[in-house]
Amino acid sequence: MSTTILFTIISLSAIGAIAAIILYFVAQKFKVYEDPRIDQVEEILPAANCGGCGYPGCRGFAEAMVKADDLSPFYCPVGGNETMAQAAEILGKAVEAKDPLVAVVRCSGSPNHRPRVNEYDGASSCTISSSLYSGETGCQYGCLGLGDCVDVCDFDAIYMDQETGLPVVIDDNCTACGACVKVCPNDIIELRKKNKKDRKIFVSCVNMDKGGIAKKACEVACIGCKACVKVCAYDAITVENFLAYIDPNKCKLCRKCVEVCPTNAILEINFPPRKVKLETEKATKAEPAKTETK
Amino acid sequence: MNKTITISPSPHVYEDTTAKRLMFDVVIAMLPVLAFSIYFFGMGAIIVTLTAVVSCLAFEWLIQKFLLKQEPTISDGSALVTGILLAFNVPANLPIGIIIIGSLVAIGVGKMSFGGLGNNPFNPALVGRVFLLISFPVQMTSWSMPTGFSNSYTDAITGATPLGVMKEGIGAGESVSAIMDKIPSHMELFYGHMGGSMGEIAALAIMIGFAYLLIRKVITWHIPVSIIATITIFTGILWLANPEANADPLFHLLTGGVMLGAVFMATDYVTSPMSVKGMWIFGIGIGVITVLIRVYGSYPEGVSFAILIMNAFVPLINSYIKPKRFGELRND
Amino acid sequence: MLKTFPKGGVHPAEGKYSAGSAIEALPLPKIVSIPIAQHIGAPSKPIVAKGDKIKVGDKIAESAGFVSANIHSSVSGTVVKIDNVLDSSGYKRPCVIIDVEGDEWNEGIDKSSLIKKEISLTDKEIINKINESGIVGLGGATFPSHVKLSVPDGKKIDVLIINGVECEPYLTSDHRLMLEKAEEMLIGIQILMKALSVNIALIGVENNKPDAISHLQNVVKEYPGIEVHALKVQYPQGGEKQLIKALINREVPSGALPLDVGAVVHNVGTAFAVYEAVQKNKPLFERVVTLTGESVKKPSNFMVRIGAPVTDLVEAAGGLPEDTGKIINGGPMMGKAVNSLEVPVVKGTSGILIMPAEESKRKKESNCIRCAKCVSVCPQGLEPFLLNKLAQLEINDKLETGGVMDCIECGSCAYTCPAGLPLLDYIRLGKSRVSQIIRLRKQ
Repeated sequence: MSTTILFTIISLSAIGAIAAIILYFVAQKFKVYEDPRIDQVEEILPAANCGGCGYPGCRGFAEAMVKADDLSPFYCPVGGNETMAQAAEILGKAVEAKDPLVAVVRCSGSPNHRPRVNEYDGASSCTISSSLYSGETGCQYGCLGLGDCVDVCDFDAIYMDQETGLPVVIDDNCTACGACVKVCPNDIIELRKKNKKDRKIFVSCVNMDKGGIAKKACEVACIGCKACVKVCAYDAITVENFLAYIDPNKCKLCRKCVEVCPTNAILEINFPPRKVKLETEKATKAEPAKTETK
Repeated sequence: MNKTITISPSPHVYEDTTAKRLMFDVVIAMLPVLAFSIYFFGMGAIIVTLTAVVSCLAFEWLIQKFLLKQEPTISDGSALVTGILLAFNVPANLPIGIIIIGSLVAIGVGKMSFGGLGNNPFNPALVGRVFLLISFPVQMTSWSMPTGFSNSYTDAITGATPLGVMKEGIGAGESVSAIMDKIPSHMELFYGHMGGSMGEIAALAIMIGFAYLLIRKVITWHIPVSIIATITIFTGILWLANPEANADPLFHLLTGGVMLGAVFMATDYVTSPMSVKGMWIFGIGIGVITVLIRVYGSYPEGVSFAILIMNAFVPLINSYIKPKRFGELRND
Repeated sequence: MLKTFPKGGVHPAEGKYSAGSAIEALPLPKIVSIPIAQHIGAPSKPIVAKGDKIKVGDKIAESAGFVSANIHSSVSGTVVKIDNVLDSSGYKRPCVIIDVEGDEWNEGIDKSSLIKKEISLTDKEIINKINESGIVGLGGATFPSHVKLSVPDGKKIDVLIINGVECEPYLTSDHRLMLEKAEEMLIGIQILMKALSVNIALIGVENNKPDAISHLQNVVKEYPGIEVHALKVQYPQGGEKQLIKALINREVPSGALPLDVGAVVHNVGTAFAVYEAVQKNKPLFERVVTLTGESVKKPSNFMVRIGAPVTDLVEAAGGLPEDTGKIINGGPMMGKAVNSLEVPVVKGTSGILIMPAEESKRKKESNCIRCAKCVSVCPQGLEPFLLNKLAQLEINDKLETGGVMDCIECGSCAYTCPAGLPLLDYIRLGKSRVSQIIRLRKQ
C-alpha cells in the first residue's frame, strides 16, 4: 500500500518537473517583447472598453498611444483630462486639456407637440424603422423613439422618458463616448461642451424643412425665423436649411435666445428660475419635464 | 383619413402556425400513448401524469414569476409537454413526492436555469428522468405490471421489464431463445402488454402519434427514422453474428424507450440539430449509443442517456453541419 | 410533375381577388407627381422647369449614368414645380409635379391599337430605343432594362427567361397582361431575343393561372423559339435565381448574376413595355397596377399613368374600406407599407394592397424554439435564425461568412416563424451593414 503511494508521488512529481522544463523552454522560445508602458497605460485607463476613443478597447488605445509621437489626436472621453494627463506622464509626452463634453438630445417632439400619423409595427430598432420610412410623425428628422441610443449606452446614461417618448441623458453618467451619436440614424444627439452646473442652452430640433412645414409637423420645431440670431450678442447662432444652431464655444449662456424663440425650440436646462415672473412661466411651459430633471 | 395606418417591414402576411400550436399538436400526438398507459396501468398512470403536469406547470410559473421576474409563459404549452414526457418516462407506481422532485429538476435545472424555452441544451424531461433514475434507483426500476385498473397505485404488482429480463438472462449465461420464453411475444410487445415506463410500452400508440406529427408537419421524419434504422442495423448485425447471445432487432425496437425516445424526445426542437444532415448524425449517434449501453453497458436500457449525450453534441453539429446554400461553389 | 425550384419556399394564401377583372384605363388624374428616382441606380436629372408646357411622352428627366433611366411625362399640361413629395420610399423625395390639362400626346407616338409584327430595328438600335424609352424592370425591382440587355464582352447568353410567375399573393397585373396583351407581349419577347441574339425564350407561369397558360400556349404557336412552361405554385419562384433554377436547372453562383450562367430574366410587363417602345415609339409612362385587398369593394386592374396618386386608384375601386389598417405598395411578401394615400404610382408599382386592420399587426413575439422552419423554407439555403441573432449582435464577419449577402429578402423565414420573430428586419439590417463593409473594403 505504502509503495503505491510512494510510486504515485514520485511519478507525478517527475511528470510535473518534465512539463515545467518544457514549458520554460517554450516560453523562452516564443517570448514576444512588449513595451511595459502599454500595461502601465492600460492600468490607468477606465477599462470601460466602450470604443469612444475610436480604438478597439482600452488596450488597443494604450498600444496606439505608446506608438504615437504626438498625443493630440488621442482622447479618452470616459477618463477625461485627468486620465490623459496621467497617460502623458507615463509616456513622457505632452497633452492638452480638452473641454469635457456631454450628449444632448436635440428633439422635443413629444406626442403632445408632434402628433402621430401612423403606427410602426416592426422590429424595435430606430435603424430598421428609418430604413423603412420617415417615422411615425409628420417630421422626418426627429426622434424615432425606439431607443437604439439607450441600448447602445454602456454607462446607463440615457433612458426613454415614458411620457414624452424621447431619450433623456443623465449628465452625471454620460462620458461622451459618442456611441449614441453614432447609432442614431437621424443624428439627433450631439456632443456639446459641458458647462458649469450642467447648464445647457441648445436648439432642440433638427428639422430642416421650411418653417410652415416644420411647424405643421411639430409645434416645437425650429422654423428658421432667425429671431434668435438677431438677439444674440455673441454671434453664436447660425441658421442653415431653416434650422438654427448655437455654437457651444461662443455661447455665453445669456438665455436671450430662449426668450425670443416663437416655438420654444431653444431649451435652457438647469438654470435657476428667472426673476421676471412672466418669463419663468414661459420657460416652464416650454419643457416642464426637462427643466425639472435636475 | 383619420385612422392611423400601420407601417412595418415586409413580409406583411404570416403563417398561422405559432409555437403554442406546435406544442399542443405534440400534446395531441401523445394522447394515444396516454390512453394505452391508462389502459394498462390503471389509476397509477392517471395519478403520475397529473402530478407531473401540474407540478411542471407550477414550477415554471413560480420560477418565472418570482425568480426571473418575467411574465409567466406557461400558456405556451412547453411545460405541459415536459410534464407529460416526464410522466411517460417513469413507472406508473412512482410515489408522488419523487415525481415532484423530478419535475423540479426537469423545469428548474433542465430548462429555466438556462433561460427558459429555446435555450436549454438538454431535453428537460430527460434531465428529470435521469436525475430520478440515479437518485431513486429502487423506485425508478420497480415497474408495475400491465394489469389495468385491477392494479392499485400504492401497492402495485411489480416486475422486471423485458429488457431487464434479457440483460439478466444473458448475464447469467442463458441462451436468448430460452429467455424469450419468459417474456411476452413480439405482438404483445407491439401493443404494449409489458412492464415498463408509462409511455414507452405501446409502440402502436407511439406510431399513431408519429403519423399525426408528420401530417401536421410538426416534425420531419429524419430523426426518428435515422434512430430506428441505426438500431435495426446495429442489433441486426449482432443478432446475425450470434443469435443465441443477442436479441433480434425487432425485440430491441419494441422494448424500452426506443420508440418513445425516437418520436417524442429526440425530436424536441430545442435540443435537436437544425439541418437535415445534422439530424441524421444526431439520430445515428443516438442509435449507436443506445445499443452500446444495452448490449455492453451495465444498464439494461440506454435511450435516455443516448439522447442526453447527443443533445450535448447539438451545438457542435449546428456549427459544423450547415445546409447547402443555393449557388454555393462546389469546389470550396 | 410540374417544375419548381428545389430548395425551400412557402405557399401563402393566394387571395387573387382581382384575377377576373379586365384591365381598365384609370381616369386621368388632375395632378401628377413624378419622382425622379423610380429605378435602381442614379436618380435622373430633371430637364423641365416651372411653367413648361409638356405633352404626354415628353422626356422630363434625363438618365444620369449607365445605371439610370429616362423619365417621361405621363400627362399633358404645365409643370407646377419640382418639389419634395412623400413617395413610396417613405421619405420626401424630389418629384416633377404637373398640372394636367387635356390629354395631348407627343406626335411621335403611334396611338393605334394595330399590332405591328415586323421588327425593323437592329439589336443595337433596340437597346438604344429601350434606354431612350426609360424602360426598367416592371416586376418590382426596377433595374434599368438596357443594362441587362448590354451583355459584357466574353459572356454568352443562350436563353431568355420571361417571368410570368407572379408568385406574390394578391397581385394580378402580370396575369391580366398575359391574358389581354399576349400577342404584344410575345412580339416584345421577340424584340428582346433579337437584342440579345438568343434563339430560345422560356416563359414561366405558375399553375394557378391556367387560363393565362392555355391562352399563351395557343398564341405562342406562331412564335418560334418561345415556349410556355407551367410551374408549381411556390413562393418565391419569381426570384431570378429561383426561376432560372426551376426552368433550366442552372444554379446562379453566390454573388454572380444570371448572365454568368447564360440567362437573362425579364418580366412579362417589361416585355410588353418593350413592344410599345420599339414598335409604337411609346416611352414608359403607364403601367398595369392591381388594386386589391380583402375588403376592397371592387378589386381591379388599372392601366395607370405614372405619377398618379394612389387615392385615384382607391376611389376607382370603390373607395377606401372602413377597416383599412395597412396600405402596401406591392405584394404582401415583399411590398412596402406606405404611410399616405397620396404617394404616386411609380414604374415599380405592380399593385396596391389594402389590408384590413386586424391583419395589419404582426404576431406576438416569443422565444425562438429552434424549430428550424426558417432553415427549411429559405430558398437560398441560409440559416435565418442565426443571421438574425448575428445581425442583432453586430457580428459582421460571421454574418458575411453566413451568407447574408445571398439573402434575397423574400420574407419566407419571417412568414413561417412560429415564434413571430422579425427575422427579416434584422437580416436586412445586417445585410446593409455587411454590404457597406464590402464596399469600403473594395476601395
